[in-house]
Amino acid sequence: MDVLRFTTAGSVDDGKSTLIGRLFYDTQQIFEDKLEEIKRNTQRDDDDLELALLTDGLKAEREQGITIDVAYRYFSTPNRKFIIADTPGHEQYTRNMVTGASTAELAVELIDARNGVIEQTRRHAFIASLLQIPYMIVAVNKMDLVDYGEERFREIVEEFQEFSDNLDINDITFIPISALKGDNVVDQSERMPWYKGPTLLHRLENVRPEADRNQVDFRFPVQHVIRPHQDFRGFAGQVASGKIRPGEEIVVLPSKRTSHIESITTLDGEVEEAGPGDSIVISLTDEIDVSRGSMIVRSRNRPDVTRQLDADLCWMNEEKMRRDRPYIIQHTTRRTQANVSKVVYRTNVETFHREEADTFELNDIGRVELETADPLFIDPYKINRSTGNFILIDPDTNDTVAAGMIRGVSEDVAPFGRDEVVTDKERETSPNVVWEGLNIPREDREEKNGHKSAVVWLTGLSGSGKSTIAKEVEKRLFDRDVQTMMLDGDNVRHGLSGDLGFSPNDRKENIRRVGEAARLFFEQGNVTLCSFISPYQEDRDRIRELLPEGRFFEVHVDCPLEVCKERDTKGLYKKAEEGEIANFTGVSAPYEEPQDPEIVVDSDQNDVETCVNQIIEALEEEGIV
Amino acid sequence: MSLSSDTSEHLDWLESEAIHVIREAEAQFDNPVLMFSGGKDSLTMVHLARKAFYPGQVPFPILHVDTGHNFPETIEFRDNLMEEHGLELIVGSVEETIKSGRAKEEQGPDASRNKLQIVTLLDTIEEHGFDVALGGARRDEEKARAKERFFSHRDRFGNWDPKNQRPELWNLYNGRSRKGEHFRAFPLSNWTELDVWQYIQQEDLEIPSLYLAHERTMFERDGVLLPKSPYNDLREGEEYVEKMVRFRTIGDMTCTGAVESTATTLDEVIAEVATTQQAERSARADDQRAEAAMEDRKREGYF
Repeated sequence: MDVLRFTTAGSVDDGKSTLIGRLFYDTQQIFEDKLEEIKRNTQRDDDDLELALLTDGLKAEREQGITIDVAYRYFSTPNRKFIIADTPGHEQYTRNMVTGASTAELAVELIDARNGVIEQTRRHAFIASLLQIPYMIVAVNKMDLVDYGEERFREIVEEFQEFSDNLDINDITFIPISALKGDNVVDQSERMPWYKGPTLLHRLENVRPEADRNQVDFRFPVQHVIRPHQDFRGFAGQVASGKIRPGEEIVVLPSKRTSHIESITTLDGEVEEAGPGDSIVISLTDEIDVSRGSMIVRSRNRPDVTRQLDADLCWMNEEKMRRDRPYIIQHTTRRTQANVSKVVYRTNVETFHREEADTFELNDIGRVELETADPLFIDPYKINRSTGNFILIDPDTNDTVAAGMIRGVSEDVAPFGRDEVVTDKERETSPNVVWEGLNIPREDREEKNGHKSAVVWLTGLSGSGKSTIAKEVEKRLFDRDVQTMMLDGDNVRHGLSGDLGFSPNDRKENIRRVGEAARLFFEQGNVTLCSFISPYQEDRDRIRELLPEGRFFEVHVDCPLEVCKERDTKGLYKKAEEGEIANFTGVSAPYEEPQDPEIVVDSDQNDVETCVNQIIEALEEEGIV
Repeated sequence: MSLSSDTSEHLDWLESEAIHVIREAEAQFDNPVLMFSGGKDSLTMVHLARKAFYPGQVPFPILHVDTGHNFPETIEFRDNLMEEHGLELIVGSVEETIKSGRAKEEQGPDASRNKLQIVTLLDTIEEHGFDVALGGARRDEEKARAKERFFSHRDRFGNWDPKNQRPELWNLYNGRSRKGEHFRAFPLSNWTELDVWQYIQQEDLEIPSLYLAHERTMFERDGVLLPKSPYNDLREGEEYVEKMVRFRTIGDMTCTGAVESTATTLDEVIAEVATTQQAERSARADDQRAEAAMEDRKREGYF
């Protein structure tokens, strides 16, 4: 038995409470004494039970005839436990809808068949989309009042689809029901033979709740440090996303210290793997600084580290948003101060239009930029609901005043200080989402190949002999039955990077793409030879960070500029000096010599064979081939 | 062992969520305390607290508000549990509260100390400076509880205002409070009665004997089957009868009704709960006083 959390939305009279009552009643979840109470209180002329009485909450609501807050209900079938966030449909309670949606994996949107799509339908659908609820059921209710007519149902479906095309909802199921009479809720309706789809309960029982749980990017916000005695220091927390096993290399944010998982502890014993939602205690192989608010992640799959957020925000407080003082932001187990530095726009949740605004009031939703005092470790909400959400707290009243969904790092906000500014390097090494999903692990390929994979990166001036040497190394390795691949400017610039020029930014992007491609070949088990001028140290370092330690060989093919110019095998220096080529390394653009390369070959003093030998020996020494 | 390959996925999910909430409460507050009644929910809470901080010790004390009308079985069970796991127990005594004049014993035939517990509880919280009290209350128990938050904010007088609660989103719990205010935290919010029983079975937890069917001298009052005790006198027309009974909740002897049952093992109890047609608290005389009885008591600071 697993768990599905869903939320119900609809306007005041759409019959939400009746629907929930019906689900309970038809799945035999109502206790006899409750049923007696309902029968006693039913004031209807027909024989239908007032099922809505079952879910009525507080006295005030009974008096007003509306629900005023999110209420949680529970029922189960033999297959699944259900948690319903029952959110009120009354207009001023958008915030409750957002609250209910935040934990939901499915949304049931109720529409009164007589009224069709109304403003609130659009509002709710928008919120479901914004909160990234993976599944939606549109239940067209009160079909009994439109003679169970197919045509009316089709009209509403069309009407809904017309506007929902603009939203980000992947999976919508339309079901015609009558909650009052019980049609297509739990039992298939005989009065609508034209409807061949699933009943509401059938759909609820068959969606995959784990669909929105990110299984790939390991994120472990530390809640609490456990230190029972000198020999044990553990970090307690709930895995926000991804999976982890003992032995894996991790990095702790914000300190960026690396270590390995020593063990994963629970009262029931040590576990071999922990996944999303598991509450565990992690211990590391090294004594490093970890405290509440730290985040443990894989060293090669990091979130963005930033103080600048670009986010969708829903304002949930009667006091409007203030721009002149900071709020407290709570993100995972981290709290710091945050200023709303910019209101980008407010969204009209009925028309979906963007409106100009400089503050938000209760129930306003829109896009903002925030600046935080300490860095946060974030992922976009769309990719990772757990590390993409946050709340804002008013420091005076302690109220939770807003809910936020992170889009990413904002570009416009001026940082507090230079040192903590997010660099491109940090940003681009993070979304390494593919690696955990590899069907055949690299280790298995390596075993079959009889050698390890590696990336040999040859950098140097144009004409230094990089490609000549790389080609020769590849030939020699190939003859030894080593799996190889070769990437150089010629085969990359025509295809993969065909859209790029030679400006510093384009060069950077080119090298980034090559690095990613090299990594794919690397994971496939190859010794991958890359021959690129790659003039910037930063770019080369970034590729180094993509790969495990000891598998990246930076080879500086060292040759004086004068010699290269003299060689000028492709006639490029000449063109560059004549101004025909802009940004040419060595002429009109700088070359940063490698600071700490694995190998330096002197292609001026030595012949090709000597250089090749030097590289192959290094690979042998490191146990690659 | 892998956490994700278990067949009882929903219990693992509930357990993980509860542990997360317990750790949040511990981390966000200075001086937490765990409420203990001796019932199945509170013994589940003790177990979860042990899990949350293992291999460390539970870093907060356990508080039992003793009305003086408890079943002797409850007290014995409590003391054994505390000793077995080395837990620190604090007892708040309703008897003491009455003696000190801070509360007045209800008079009359249906006198109950249930409401008096509120005074003792709030006094004890204030005396020790607890800023969060963890409890085993569940949202499925009663309709007023369906809207309760995981972190439930109380004002300076310990009161709950259902209309003025902080929204609770994702798994972010806002426990910021002003001086003098305190919180209740309910890690079992999403559990049902059946979930608790199944969990107790899965974890092989010891339970008080009151939950299993046993022979007991009982009498019936207003449709509720109450145990013979020094605190209940028979009224006209009532008589003692020997019954095979078990209790579904554990409270005071004065107001905790039993159900007739032959379930003498945990398996049988679970089978009974799974098919039962009576709401869990229907045998609680205190809930039947008024339709909104629980809501009223909660506003005043009851759990």
